[in-house]
This record gives sequence, structure tokens and C-alpha cells, in this order.
Amino acid sequence: MSLSTRSAPIPPTSAPTADHAERVPSREPGGFRHELRAIGVLWRRELLRLVHNRLQLSVMLVNPLLFLLVLGTGLDSMLGGAPGGDYRRHLFPGVLLMAVQLPALGAGVAIVRDREAGFLRGVLVAPVGRGTILVGACLGGATAATAQGAVLLALAGLAGLPYRPVVVALLLGELALIAFTMTVLSALVAVFVTRMETFQTLLSLAMMPLFFLSGALFTVDGLPGWLTALTLANPLSYAVDALRRTAALALPPDQAPAALALAGWTPPVALEIVVMLLAGLLALTLAARRFARTG
Amino acid sequence: MTANSDGPFAVRTRGLRRTYGERAVVHGLDLTVREGEMFGFLGPNGAGKSTTIAMLCTLLPPTGGSAEVAGADVRRTPWEVRRRIGVVFQEPAVDRELTAEENLRLHAELYGVRRGELRSRSRTLLRLLGLDTARGPVGTFSGGMRRRLELARSLLHRPRVLFLDEPTVGLDPQSRAVIWDLLHGLRRHQTTVFLTTHHMEEAERCDRLAVLDRGRVVAEGTPQQLKAEIGADVVHLRTADDAAAAATLRTEAGLDAVCGPDGVRVTSADGAALVPRLCARLTVPVYSVTVTRPSLDDVFLHHTGRTIRDTGRSSPGPSAVTP
Repeated sequence: MSLSTRSAPIPPTSAPTADHAERVPSREPGGFRHELRAIGVLWRRELLRLVHNRLQLSVMLVNPLLFLLVLGTGLDSMLGGAPGGDYRRHLFPGVLLMAVQLPALGAGVAIVRDREAGFLRGVLVAPVGRGTILVGACLGGATAATAQGAVLLALAGLAGLPYRPVVVALLLGELALIAFTMTVLSALVAVFVTRMETFQTLLSLAMMPLFFLSGALFTVDGLPGWLTALTLANPLSYAVDALRRTAALALPPDQAPAALALAGWTPPVALEIVVMLLAGLLALTLAARRFARTG
Repeated sequence: MTANSDGPFAVRTRGLRRTYGERAVVHGLDLTVREGEMFGFLGPNGAGKSTTIAMLCTLLPPTGGSAEVAGADVRRTPWEVRRRIGVVFQEPAVDRELTAEENLRLHAELYGVRRGELRSRSRTLLRLLGLDTARGPVGTFSGGMRRRLELARSLLHRPRVLFLDEPTVGLDPQSRAVIWDLLHGLRRHQTTVFLTTHHMEEAERCDRLAVLDRGRVVAEGTPQQLKAEIGADVVHLRTADDAAAAATLRTEAGLDAVCGPDGVRVTSADGAALVPRLCARLTVPVYSVTVTRPSLDDVFLHHTGRTIRDTGRSSPGPSAVTP
């Protein structure tokens, strides 16, 4: 008899969707420790999923490795000693970014999928602030992405970069910040776009141009004007620049790469990092505000 | 607090409304569910059941009216409501990539269940629901096992009110039985159960029912009351001498007894209560007495114009024949 309910098309009135929801106050007074516990467990969930999905994890490393070992080596021999040293060394920050980018943007995919699978409703009905849920998911996604970046970072020797503990630690810290910002950006898109197909189309549309225009493959100076403008407008360019200049701290000064310049002015690495962090926090605020209205 | 003959309530709505643009999905709902009661919500698809549950669970703000759940207002203090309720949605809200224990732990942390209590509580619930031997990620579980885990998840923090949206749709009989045993057990702990269902035998088990149609409550009461409202029971007697028996009942008991080819039929609002009286009056030997009550299906049909069996399908059946 009613066994067929699940396969029957859902009439529009039976399930309210996010589009119709208005703001529900969800702030819980005095529950800061409780919110921290919730962030902790949502963070832990992302890591558990990471452990459960080791295969997917290693598959995500294939592309960055291809770029580093095949594209890097190939272009190296074609260019025959590029200015500023090894092309693989030039490419390495971009490869780090690539390794972080895929899992970080996966955090948004996770939110959309959780919504579709019904998991998100179970979390939304719990006595936890909406912002807390988002922060937990983003921190978890950022940690997973940083771990991916760390694997690539361990291969710095292949790119002709000497291992200096301080430089490696700095790079790891920058990767964590970049991962956080990218995770939040994907979460921001995910709270607006609720359909998986739409979300994935958007991602695949955005990823390649953002990477090509980030200065990961070629330096900004000497490019045609329109390409320079596009590159300077891309926030990822500053991430790549910060990583490249930090990595260069491990090199003798005469091998230092050309830094990115805005109309002749070179922004300090610290500023690049701070701006990135601020962008991440802004995106998080926007995402949390929208998410608070999710039903 | 004013004295209320209904006793303390777990859910009370007054004029609860929800509209989407021009279209009203729930019209001025007035519901009162007493504490510790098992309350069934019946209605065809699209009647507004899920919308009502979403409002009571604070997932959807009402357009108008008020609702109090477990002593807290869904609009003013939604976090208090959330702390005190458990919800089983139609689609299980468990993470398929995690194990049963990992899912329960995640949920316990979200509800602030003490860690010491978590272990014993989750072990008890998993055993009660027959999941204590289940291993591996939840994605490998059967639908019935997932729904049972969902129930464990929703009870972990000892909610005062448990909402279940179609808890046993599409489940195997074993899972259904396990779930119902647990729900009955909850009443001993004064947990209020608020459920929607399409199964008449499940509606029959509720203390009280409300029939919802097009966003309005069209009938409310105990299953017995609802059935009594729409019509009389039929008492069917087979005796050694049907004609004499019918005559006796008409003249001495003043009953509207009809003698037919297959026995005597008497209609009454409460057929079961009539049986001893009938037998005491009759002097002829009685072979059998059958009381036929109107079913909840009749109640549903009466109030919504549809049988409950139709409501599982919102589209016409498959057209197997091609011209």
C-alpha cells in the first residue's frame, strides 16, 4: 500500500525548502563551550571522512603531481634553464595551491551533498548555532586540505628547494590560511547554490581560469596588459606570490624569484596573508548570515 | 498557570499558519498534545503534515499564530525547543560514511550529552534496536537498519518530545516491530511521541489522532471516538430462531433489530457494550455474535474523501498497456 510513497514524486507542498525559509533566531545564550564542542565534533567528522576515503584522497594528489613532475620537467627541458632557475621550482607554489584547492573546494560539495542526503537537517535541528555548524565544517575542510598540501610540501626536494624547517613551517602555515579561505569561499557558494549539478558546474567553470590566471605557471611581468590585469585581479595570485616568496627564503638571494607588483609596488607577504585572511572572514560572515535563514 | 483539565501539554499550537506567497499550506492550526501521549497525525500527501512538523521543530518559521513545544516557544526560544526535542525525518539524517557509533557520538556532542553518559546510553539504544552487532559504515546498512539508527540518534539526548515523520514507511516488518516496541517503551518515561503515518494499524495504536486535510484539522480524538463519530457499529447475531430473536429485541429492548437471511443485524453506537445486554435478553440459543466497527480507513475516507491507501500514491498508477 503506502510502500510506494518513497518513489512517488514529492508534491511541492510536502517539504519546505530553503528558498521559502525566513530568519529563525538560533543564538543560544551562554553556550559558548557547547558551541566549541559542536565545532570540534564537526571538524572531527571531516577528518573521519578523510580517513574513510583514502582512495579519493590519493586520487586528488594525481593532478598536482602530474603538473609538477610531467609539465614541470617537460617545460624545464624545453626552456633549457629558465631565468630564475629551475621551472619546477617556479611551478612548485602553484602545485601546492592546486593540492590545497581541490579538497578545500570539496568542503562546499560536502555541504551541498549533506543537504541533499538529509544529514544537514539533522544537524540544523540540533541546539547549535548556524554559524557554529559552518565554522566546524570549514575548519574540518581546511584541515583536510592542509594535510593534502603537506604531502606535496614534503616533495619540495623534487622542485630543487632545500628543506629548511622554518621555511617549511611558514609555508605550511600559509597553506593552512589559504585552505581556510578557499574552504569558506566554497561554503559561501554552497549556502546559496543548493543543487549539486549547479554547484559542480560552477566549480569546474571557475577552477581552471583561476589557476591559469594566478601566476602559478608564468610570472606576471612581461605579459600582455589584459593578462596582467586579470592576474592582478585574481586573489589566488597573491596566495601564489606569498608562497613563492616564502619558499625563496630557503634559496640564496641571487636566485630569488620576481615578485608580483601592483603598478610598481610590491605588497609585503604579510599584507597578502592578512588580506587573504580578512577575505576569508568576510566570506564566512556572509555565509553564516545566509545559512542562518536555511530551513 | 491556569488550571487545565487536559493536564500539562507537550505541544500546543494556536492559529498556527504557514503560507508560501499566496498559497496557504497550513491554516490556523489549533492542536494540543498532552505530555506522555502518543499523538498521530494523519493526512493525504500535501495536507501540510511535514510543514507542520518543520514549524514545530523550529526549522521553518510560522507565518502566523503560535506554537509551544516542550514548554518553549518555537519563535521566541527556538534553541530551548531544539534542546528538548528529538526528530526522525523521512530521510535518515545519519552520515553514511561513518559507523553507527561515530554517528551517535557526533549527535551526542551536538546535543551536549555528557561523555560518560554517551557510552552507556548509545550501547543501550543500539541493543534495544538490534544494531549492537552492526559494523562498518552506515551506507552498508539496510534501509530498516538506517531508520532504526536514526531513532537511536533522536533519543540519545532523552528528548521530552519525539517527532517522527512517517517512521516506518517502506520498512521490513521486523524493523517496524522493533521501532514500535521502542516507541511503546517510551511512554513509560513520559516521552511524548508525535508521529505522522499512513498505516492504519499504526494510527490505531495512538492515544489520539488528528486528521489533517488541506492544511486544516478536520477531525480530532481517540481512534475510538473518531470511529464512533462517523457511524454506528453493526452487531450481527446468529441464533436458533432469528425471527423470534429479532422480535424479542424489538419489543423488549427497543432496539432496531432487522432479521435477514443470514441472521439478525442490530446497529448501535457502541456495539461491544451492547453484546452482554443482547445475550441477557434473548431466550433462544445464540450461536455467534460479531461486532463490526467502522475502521479508521472509513474515518479517513469520511473526512478527506480519499482512502488512506490512495494517499501513498500521488500519481496515477503505472500505465502498463500501450495502444
